[in-house]
Amino acid sequence: MENAIPLFVAIPLGTAFLIPMIARKLKWAPDLLGNAAMLGLCAMAFATVGQTGIYHMGGWSTLGGFKTPLGIDLRLDGLSSLMLMAVNLIGLAAALFSVDYMKRYTDKGRYYSLFLLMVAGMNGVVLTGDLFNLFVFMEVAAISSYALVAFGCEHDELEASFKYAVLGSVASAFILIGIALLYGITGTLNMAHAAGNLAGGGLPLLLATGLFMCGFGLKAALVPFHAWLPDAHPSAPAPVSAMLSGVVIKALGVYVIARLVFNIFGPAHELLTIVRWLGVVSMIVGVFLAIGQWDMKRLFAYHSISQIGYVALGLGLGTPLGIAGGLFHMVNHSVFKSLLFLNAGAVEHASGTRDLKRLGGLNKGMPVTANTSLVASMSIAGIPPFNGFWSKLLIVLACIEAGRPWLALAAVLVSLMTLASFLKVQRYAFFESARAALSQVREAPLLMRSAMLLLAALCLIMSLLVVTGLESPLLIAPAVQALSGVFGSS
Amino acid sequence: MIYALCLILIVIGLYAVVTKKNVVKIVIGLAIAEYGINLLLILIGYRKDGWAPIVSPDMDPAAFAASSVDPIPQALVLTSIVISLGVLALMVALCIRLYERYGTFDVTEMRRLRG
Repeated sequence: MENAIPLFVAIPLGTAFLIPMIARKLKWAPDLLGNAAMLGLCAMAFATVGQTGIYHMGGWSTLGGFKTPLGIDLRLDGLSSLMLMAVNLIGLAAALFSVDYMKRYTDKGRYYSLFLLMVAGMNGVVLTGDLFNLFVFMEVAAISSYALVAFGCEHDELEASFKYAVLGSVASAFILIGIALLYGITGTLNMAHAAGNLAGGGLPLLLATGLFMCGFGLKAALVPFHAWLPDAHPSAPAPVSAMLSGVVIKALGVYVIARLVFNIFGPAHELLTIVRWLGVVSMIVGVFLAIGQWDMKRLFAYHSISQIGYVALGLGLGTPLGIAGGLFHMVNHSVFKSLLFLNAGAVEHASGTRDLKRLGGLNKGMPVTANTSLVASMSIAGIPPFNGFWSKLLIVLACIEAGRPWLALAAVLVSLMTLASFLKVQRYAFFESARAALSQVREAPLLMRSAMLLLAALCLIMSLLVVTGLESPLLIAPAVQALSGVFGSS
Repeated sequence: MIYALCLILIVIGLYAVVTKKNVVKIVIGLAIAEYGINLLLILIGYRKDGWAPIVSPDMDPAAFAASSVDPIPQALVLTSIVISLGVLALMVALCIRLYERYGTFDVTEMRRLRG
């Protein structure tokens, strides 16, 4: 397995360079190559279940008698494997959806190229065991996502992309200062070595921790740092919104926060408290901002902030049950939120608008879109038997178990508000009597439908993960295990 | 002391990003902050009166490790310069497109989206 690890970065990177070269000659090539690459990556990601391994680029050299680690580690463990599955599966659904959806834009070749670069960056971030390498992969994913947000080149897209690029670059700058300080303290960039050398860091260590939390908090759009998300996510083309809300904020934000807090800095009480409160505030503020929105995608984007808050709350509890709940909710959220964005894309594709006030009665013309969006809405609102219910239940139980009933109450109340705002979406978009202008809407094409059906089926299948038990060696338990204990000790 | 100067450079850059109205000036502010960070990285690997970290075959490795400056931050800075070049190129392209659409570089007039 070790030798296959670099392929997760190499395949999308190689395909991204290949596509623009041949796209001019062969019009069908971008669709085919992009989807084939995502299918292969998805299959490979599922093959990593239960595997661990370290791939070492470069060699160990002995210089002056003492061994110095030269080169970069790529580490596969339970959490990386979970994230790889989420990233590549959502990527596959988004790529399938793009085949028909992206016809309205001019340049499919460049679109798939940027899309695959983003996937390569995220796969790199979740696999790397080296701090600076993490920064490089993060920038690869971030730059391509800035470009993808601006893909339409209209007023809104450009404005949102500029805002996103400026805030993203500030975040990257903070992270780079943090990495520089951490290198100054520990003398190594390898995460496992750095974790062992942290003792006595003093003030620089405190500063580095603060900078990392601000930087990755910005990437994850936790609440004081959320301003870019509600502009950037709705402005992108629908499959890209699905990727951005579904996996980018998690792979670049929450995943790295979890790695840093649990594996490098060690889950100190103060650090967990910060993560927990960032989570609670995002959860509450996000849902209040969401409920008043009339633009479908903007409403979904605010809910991303709120749901990321749940994930941070679960992780911030620091108990095994809390971490399991947080990670499970993270994967669940990537499935149902990307499904919602694909639904919004299908609605926009068919009706030409995503303003809830101008929609209505779409469940007659578009049964597949309406039903899958009902599934996704019930998942995000936490209604059994869908996956969102189980992960929210785990987080609430973990709050009570940790002796924080008020946080549990907040989580339940936010869930009710979420239900209210999704009832609004369902009512105005799908159930109300059809408007004259919309009586002729037709269902989305086959590939768009199949992408939506795939994700809707996953919403149900993933609740089986709970039925089989969290202790089972499938998916969640190894990920929790990867976060407890020092990085790379397993 | 020199560390403080680096931090001042970074803060000047961030100040420009936060207060300037012109998109191009915001981009310049980001560039200044990046320079400050690159200098900070170099400083972390610096050693007073150190050698340039170039190994030749006839050199004693122990003496080399004891007296050369740290080569890793220099490699990192090269990478970071390349990355910031990519980001800057993209952002300048965005500025040009923004000017085409809005006819101005003023961010206060780009208010289609309500934050």
